[in-house]
Amino acid sequence: MRFLARRLGFYLLTAWAAVTLNFLIPRLMPGDPVELLVARLKGNVDPAAIDAMRRAFGISDAGLWQQYVDYLGNLAHGELGRSITFFPTEVSTVIADSLPWTVGLVGVATLISYLVGTALGVLMAWKRGTWLDGVLPAATFMHAVPYFWVALALVFVFGVTLQWFPVSRAYGLDVMPGFTGEFAGSVLYHAALPAVTIVVASMADRILGMRNVMVTTLGEDYVVMAEAKGLTSRRVMWAYAARNAILPNITSFALSLGFVVGGSVLTEIVFSYPGIGSMLLKGVENEDFPLMQGIFLVISLAVLVANFLADLAYVVLDPRTRQESE
Amino acid sequence: MKIKIGIGILVFFALMALAGPLLIGADPAATSEDGLQGPSAAHWLGTTQTGQDILTQIVYGSRVSLGVGVLSAVIATVFAVAVGLVGGYFGGAVDEVLSVLTNIFLVLPALPLIIVLAGYLPQRGVASVAVVIAVTGWAWGARVLRAQTLSVRRRDFVQAARASGEGAFRVIFFEILPVLLPVIATSFLATVVAAILAEAGLSFLGLADLSTVSWGSMLYFAQNGQALLIGAWWWFIPPGLCIALIGTGLALVNFGIDEIANPRLRTVKVKAKATPEAASKVTAKAKART
Repeated sequence: MRFLARRLGFYLLTAWAAVTLNFLIPRLMPGDPVELLVARLKGNVDPAAIDAMRRAFGISDAGLWQQYVDYLGNLAHGELGRSITFFPTEVSTVIADSLPWTVGLVGVATLISYLVGTALGVLMAWKRGTWLDGVLPAATFMHAVPYFWVALALVFVFGVTLQWFPVSRAYGLDVMPGFTGEFAGSVLYHAALPAVTIVVASMADRILGMRNVMVTTLGEDYVVMAEAKGLTSRRVMWAYAARNAILPNITSFALSLGFVVGGSVLTEIVFSYPGIGSMLLKGVENEDFPLMQGIFLVISLAVLVANFLADLAYVVLDPRTRQESE
Repeated sequence: MKIKIGIGILVFFALMALAGPLLIGADPAATSEDGLQGPSAAHWLGTTQTGQDILTQIVYGSRVSLGVGVLSAVIATVFAVAVGLVGGYFGGAVDEVLSVLTNIFLVLPALPLIIVLAGYLPQRGVASVAVVIAVTGWAWGARVLRAQTLSVRRRDFVQAARASGEGAFRVIFFEILPVLLPVIATSFLATVVAAILAEAGLSFLGLADLSTVSWGSMLYFAQNGQALLIGAWWWFIPPGLCIALIGTGLALVNFGIDEIANPRLRTVKVKAKATPEAASKVTAKAKART
């Protein structure tokens, strides 16, 4: 388990870096955030809000080191300060309300995109020289398409023109949230277009990445050997070639997670989906620095957790990482 | 072939950005009476809600989108080269620290960080947006370059340079760097794509300079002008298409370089398999060609 312990150590270090970055950004960027806020609102700001904000940042007359210690102490208690937009609601409450929507939407969409994209990549490498090669130029194009543009196009075609799917919100106005079939149906119906956006926009990377690794793997001696033994194509393709090709694919998938999350933030905004991405935009638009920073921290930690899960999958799939510990 | 198509696309957009505004001459922000017109002879790509010509905006917007993309990719690549080469060359504690720093920036989600940083900018000009994007965009290149430096530094010519008493700085930047130029070029191109996408995302959120016309800000105004609900597809399709096309062009060049380095990736050759049906297919295809 030395591999996992080392990875865990790295994630803890990265989490600390994200926290410290969060502390340093308002201090390193030009201008005092509190004064910036007061100036932009032309003084029309609640003194209580200013005070809350100073406290959220730990901005005080104390030395930088003392401020940092205070900041870490607040964070350890889950104290992220109060939101300016939704004053006097705590930032942690705003995040707790919106995070489940994002985790559900982005989690499911990313999983679908990964599974389908990887399977397509395997097939395309296997059937090189057939009509499947026609997918390559399309995937190259999709690889560079902005998420929010895919979202706009889907809204235009399936939301406005055909009117098949709703184009905003997470559930219908006419249903009550609760554990009912009606509510679940409404949630799924509303999540359809945002989920398709994320799947379509993120799948090309998986297809191209898996295809390239797989093509390299197919040239290995053990694959030729398996074919020579007369094993079925299916067995050679999945159990010999794909099983080995998937390892670098998981690594690149984990590294692309931050990018997928960034794209999902934009997707949520197009669909007014009540997740963390929409909240981040609200925070930035309203100069709500405590909310902005709280959300950045939560997103960073979520990506770290997802990376760790990818590492776990790696350990399951690659016996070598398990043997090292003995 | 791939490289040729890719370079063709890039040259097209480079010409558009450099010479396009001179050819068109009109003001991209100029409004007119003809609001929300579809494509016509007078307005090839139609007009916005306030009667601005979309083709003019696309042409002027290419300057900002490409400019920010290239500028931040240059900054990010310089940083990536410095971190990757220095870490890879020295190894040891220096390398450990730089690697951890690189990996941290690789894992942290870039766009949310860019959004937060942009939120603090007092003035969101083109240059400051480019710097903010560069801050989050250097890590991938640094990682690739470090790995390459590790293998290059053991080669004879590097050993010879060190033995002849050249300083570390000279060895890194005059002996190793020229060998890595192809790698630096591919990493630069990939960074340009990421930077163009980031700029578009930032402008789309209204967080970049909205007074200058860029493809991202066009999409911002299209979304806020209810282009979707009105059915004005000509307003939001062209900017996104341009972004995707540039990305495709850069990716084609990169994939083409990959294929030169790894010939197995090429699509033209049919993999010769031992199965009879595959063999017969190959011969059938060969017959059809002759």
